[in-house]
Amino acid sequence: MFCSFCGGETASGDHEHCRSRLSLIDPPRYCAECARRMVVQVDPMGWTARCSRHGERTSAEAAQR
Amino acid sequence: MTTASTDTATGTAGEPGDILAVAREQVLERGEGLSEAQVLEVLQLPAERLTEALALAHEVRVRWCGPDIEVEGIVSLKTGGCPEDCHFCSQSGLFDSPVRAAWLDKDRLVEAAKQTAKTGATEFCIVAAVRGPDEKLMEQIRVGVAAIRAEVDINVACSLGMLTQEQVDRLAAMGVHRYNHNLETARSHFPEVVTTHTWEERWETLQMVRAAGMEVCCGGIIGMGETLEQRAEFAVQLAELEPDEVPMNFLIPNPGTPFAHLDVPQGPDALMTIAAFRLAMPKTVLRFAGGRELTLGDLGAEQGMLGGVNAIIVGNYLTNLGRPAEQDLEMLETLKMPIKALNDTL
Repeated sequence: MFCSFCGGETASGDHEHCRSRLSLIDPPRYCAECARRMVVQVDPMGWTARCSRHGERTSAEAAQR
Repeated sequence: MTTASTDTATGTAGEPGDILAVAREQVLERGEGLSEAQVLEVLQLPAERLTEALALAHEVRVRWCGPDIEVEGIVSLKTGGCPEDCHFCSQSGLFDSPVRAAWLDKDRLVEAAKQTAKTGATEFCIVAAVRGPDEKLMEQIRVGVAAIRAEVDINVACSLGMLTQEQVDRLAAMGVHRYNHNLETARSHFPEVVTTHTWEERWETLQMVRAAGMEVCCGGIIGMGETLEQRAEFAVQLAELEPDEVPMNFLIPNPGTPFAHLDVPQGPDALMTIAAFRLAMPKTVLRFAGGRELTLGDLGAEQGMLGGVNAIIVGNYLTNLGRPAEQDLEMLETLKMPIKALNDTL
């Protein structure tokens, strides 16, 4: 698995700063499954993030997890 | 030169010539903004005088702008791939940023405007990461603005970079209510922030916008390595421009940008800057914009609203997320601050 903020492997390195940013002000930028950079569209009330290999995620789906 | 902090001990309450006593008479009573030297004095006040400075700035805001808060939403129509090198921006195509290029289609643009209007916002700003609009973007703006004006009860603003006179005239003819183009920082500091165009080029666009009858929205970002002297310089340069609105952003050090290594501005420093900018521009709409979530948190946002701010961007920004709009609307309700109605803006 990969960090959605920095794209690094979650199993290695310290991702506390990444988690903080993702919880406060950042949408995911990297696919958690393959670390590809995603095409992200932020709109006033949410976001969508599309990986060319693993498809689209939305803020609504993320909120339900 | 003084680095950005509030621990330089100057000014004592009650003493003759104390800057806040001077500001009370000059700004609150007469409505005359502080000079550059006076703004610097405010920025250099010791931290223990922050509450006093914010209280005065709030009094000034209510006296000269009234009680209402202007709410706005923004959306990125064209994200990333910008040819400019603004060192704070994750959308520059010149940096190794994780932000990839994206375009918003018309239906999602209109939907974003509808979502924004539901919050009670009176302004919806369409933003594109470009040096200036090309013909394709101008056509998208024409179609998008027309669709929003047909379906949504909200003023439309745009932020499309530097404009030609012909583009200014076309935007005005489309019914664009306000144009945003930030000077970003003091003229003396600008070359440290942007090298692909000049502060003066931005100033020229702003003059054309005003002459065409659109409202001028122009602010910047606090915490990009400027000194307190340059921060005071910037406040007065903005005041000289006489913008209708000044959005105040606080640096978000984004990965891949040249400013990724800079620290997030400290809350007290940011709040003193808000107070100082209000005392420099007593009659201007002063808007909380990006970065306040990191710099100020929830408590600091309230302090800012009670320290001279009279407008707010609700919801998300262009590439970063904001607090949920409901949280900001609840804050305004708690502070008993009414939201400006659309018919008050026309």
